[in-house]
Amino acid sequence: MRRSIRRAADRAKRWCTLAEVATAEHAAPHSSTGLSNVKLGMWLFLGSECLLFGGLISTYMLYRGRVGEGPTPSQVFDIPFTSVSSFVLLMSSLTMVLAVSAANNKDDRATSLWLTVTALLGATFVGGQVYEFTAFYNEGLGFTTSLFASSFYTLTGFHGVHVTVGIIMLMSLVGILNKSKVPGSKSETVEMIGLYWHFVDIVWIVIFTLIYLIPV
Amino acid sequence: MTNAGYVRIALILAVITALEVSTYYVDFGPLFMPSLMIMMVVKFFMVATYFMHLKFDNKIFSWMFYTGLFLAIGVYVTALATFKFFIA
Repeated sequence: MRRSIRRAADRAKRWCTLAEVATAEHAAPHSSTGLSNVKLGMWLFLGSECLLFGGLISTYMLYRGRVGEGPTPSQVFDIPFTSVSSFVLLMSSLTMVLAVSAANNKDDRATSLWLTVTALLGATFVGGQVYEFTAFYNEGLGFTTSLFASSFYTLTGFHGVHVTVGIIMLMSLVGILNKSKVPGSKSETVEMIGLYWHFVDIVWIVIFTLIYLIPV
Repeated sequence: MTNAGYVRIALILAVITALEVSTYYVDFGPLFMPSLMIMMVVKFFMVATYFMHLKFDNKIFSWMFYTGLFLAIGVYVTALATFKFFIA
């Protein structure tokens, strides 16, 4: 009787060890490079995004002088307003990196807080962009008014969509963090969304200088 | 990198942004374009290096990102040049 109990206990212990190994493998999958495939995939994606935004920026640079009968960039751009928006987006990169740092320290509460602040700053930026687009439209700059207008709205609109997708990812992450349902490594998930967010920020750094600050 | 280090980087970025905006109000003369481009590049690489951790991570990630970036710059500078964009 005692022997069979001991055997059952040994079997249970073995199962537990196997389950622990399986969980650890799930958290940090082995790859031929020794690096996280998720991270490699994210960097590859960001590298390809450089080509997308490069195309949109160069198209704008080519067409920025083609205003037709519509308003010119200097007539519609509100530099003080866009400067504040740019500053808000820049500071959201700080709050994002603080969220990644908190996730590495396994501080779920601080992670959720910084992610929420980042999403709020991103929403402020998108709100500013919506306001700016509305003001431009009221000043006579529709999407098809001129080549300048079309290329400007396409470029900044694409960027705005990226920020909006980032906000959705941030809020979704806060939701699943609060329910403790993050699959795999929590810190890696936060870091991946952080990489996307910082990329959106560096694209704006380029857009702000080339599109807003350099006159036609 | 510590949180204080990240805040320090963000402060530097904020100062550079303020300098960028100042070019709109102050006449920098012939230095206008080079100074703006330098500030833009410095900000870009500071975010990529410190906030995106490229400095502290495996170099493969840097290669993947910068390959895409420099490929984009090469392709589009060439495309702009064919449209005589750089000729005043």
